[in-house]
Amino acid sequence: MRPGTIWRFVCVVAIVVLCALAIWKLPINLGLDLRGGTRMVLEARDTESIKADDDAVTRAKEVIERRVNQLGVAEPVIYRQGARRIIVELAGVKDPHRAREIIGRTAQLEFRDERGNVIMTGNDLKTAVAGYDQYSRPSVNFELTQEGAKKFEKATLDNIGRRIAIYLDEELLSAPMVQSVIKDKGQITGLGSMDKAKDLSMMLRAGALPVPLEVLHAEVLEPTLGQEAIEQSKVAALIGAALVIVFMLFVYKVPGFVADIALVIYALIVVSALAGLKAVLTLPGIAGLILSVGMAVDANVIIFERIKEELRSGKRIRAAIEAGFSRAFGCILDSNVTTLITAGALYVFGSGAVRGFAVTLGLGILASMFTAVVVTKLILVTIVDRNPEKYRKHFGV
Amino acid sequence: MDIIGKRRTYLAISAILVVIGIVVLGVKGLNLGVDFTGGSLIRLRFERPVAASEVSSVLTSSALGDMDLVKAVIQPIRGTCDVQIRAQVEGRPLSNEQVTKITDELSKSFGAVSLVESQMVEAIIGKEILNKAILAVILSCLGIVAYVSLRFEFKFGVAAVCALIHDTIIVLGVFAFLGRQVNSPFIAAILTIIGYSINDTIVIYDKIRENLKFRKKETVEEIANNSILQTMTRSINTVLTTLLAVLALYFFGGASIKDFSLAIILGLVVGTYSSICIAPSIWVEWTLWDRERKRRQVTSGRTSPKEA
Repeated sequence: MRPGTIWRFVCVVAIVVLCALAIWKLPINLGLDLRGGTRMVLEARDTESIKADDDAVTRAKEVIERRVNQLGVAEPVIYRQGARRIIVELAGVKDPHRAREIIGRTAQLEFRDERGNVIMTGNDLKTAVAGYDQYSRPSVNFELTQEGAKKFEKATLDNIGRRIAIYLDEELLSAPMVQSVIKDKGQITGLGSMDKAKDLSMMLRAGALPVPLEVLHAEVLEPTLGQEAIEQSKVAALIGAALVIVFMLFVYKVPGFVADIALVIYALIVVSALAGLKAVLTLPGIAGLILSVGMAVDANVIIFERIKEELRSGKRIRAAIEAGFSRAFGCILDSNVTTLITAGALYVFGSGAVRGFAVTLGLGILASMFTAVVVTKLILVTIVDRNPEKYRKHFGV
Repeated sequence: MDIIGKRRTYLAISAILVVIGIVVLGVKGLNLGVDFTGGSLIRLRFERPVAASEVSSVLTSSALGDMDLVKAVIQPIRGTCDVQIRAQVEGRPLSNEQVTKITDELSKSFGAVSLVESQMVEAIIGKEILNKAILAVILSCLGIVAYVSLRFEFKFGVAAVCALIHDTIIVLGVFAFLGRQVNSPFIAAILTIIGYSINDTIVIYDKIRENLKFRKKETVEEIANNSILQTMTRSINTVLTTLLAVLALYFFGGASIKDFSLAIILGLVVGTYSSICIAPSIWVEWTLWDRERKRRQVTSGRTSPKEA
């Protein structure tokens, strides 16, 4: 073997080892559709009293962040888009439908006297914990801030024998009769279930949204569905790859075998690049990956056909391989740049799952060019150099 | 094989296919997904496979009468106990309360029902997503024409994009005919088809470009035809490997990826055909017409110098 070849071999082996390590050590970032979770586009609405200005939207985002923290999501993605929109992406949340409910609610709590005057609001609450009342009905037990306690003390004093109504987002929860003066503690009932009590206490702790948010777009996927999708696409990927490998062996024999090795390395590179770039793998992304396996061998096919032509024109095998690779390169480059253009357009204009597809497609194209031009050539040259004339017939000439 | 010799036949066949595609699109229209139209799509899991009619009878019962779900589209997902329901109430997606009411009502008749997926889209967002998708397709096409014109010549670029539009219209036509859903992943599929088809076309163009340099004695038709034949093995082998991979996806990849795979399978077949038979034919016709025009200009210039 020539020194240059040895050096290249070392490089390829190093890349393979690095990729394998990356796949082993780094987790792959699964998208909503594979892990379950929710993605919401929320838009702030004006109310009669408050305009949904920049400040209100910023505060709304902070409230959502606090609520999400209460839900215990590992890596929430919450960001603003444009003047009034907030995007929330929660991958891997256990109960995504409940998360959606909690995030979208305004959670404006109001205590009103019989004439409809607001005594205090959710902002006057210091803490809120779900529990049961004396009749073991689900309830939210709260403590008031100092200021809230003052308001409540005065209101209960004024309203003994009358009712104080508790509204959540204009919906009447309960209207207990005031028996005695209450200072800093209280209880909200009329919630229906313990889950509702827990949700409300969570929302009260995180605070009410300053302005209502309208849910413009909500995607919610249960984790089970994603698990199934992963299982199914694993099967599809294995079968698809096996079919391609067998086809290449059958049609191209020894060079086909080399292409198959390149294909395996290609898969290693793409998957490790996904992990390394922290790119999000989605279901269409997996489809793109499987599809790109079929397309990855294309560069090899172009090269092998080219080598065949060079051999037919009377070149010796080694010269034919060199010429085949160098002449095929322009063609491979041109045909792949156009696919990169479409992948780029998809990335810029797509969202969520489609964007994941664009990433794997783009990575796949780059990796397939590398493996075809570098890896296939290296292995092919090494094999052929051992016995040039013997391998001539393997190119189908 | 003489493909370029029969180019008029191929062009005529394709023209007919495209016209049929446009007519089908016009008459039946595309079944746009909720992400484009707005509305809601929910996927419910039952304890056993249920028929659409069973679900429909519950949805239209008096208990859910206030939602007026007569128009809801109910689709059991083959091979599972899941049912997909697409519905809207007064032009808006279902609210959480409405979904809960539906699942409660269904569980009275079918036992445990759980909500495994839901998508709620306000019409305004749907429009935005659709506009972005269209923009992505248009910009990719422009990008491709620009790149191909830069690396080859303008005629190649335009001929390639004609072939792409041909592929897209035929695939859209088939989807309209079958009533399959056109959603965001479908747009990704269309763009993949575009990318793949252009890939194929460029391999042939590359050969034509090379042959134009080295085979000066051959006519344009001969050069185009020989280039197609020289790259034929590659075209067929590549489409076969890609088809194998996508067929695996279609048959084993699960329900949510089926329409996506179908679009790609169709696109692969149509795209390979158009790359071999249509894109080079358009280029040949145009080049011949162009040469004829220039020749006439030259001869008319010679015969009537006095006029100048």
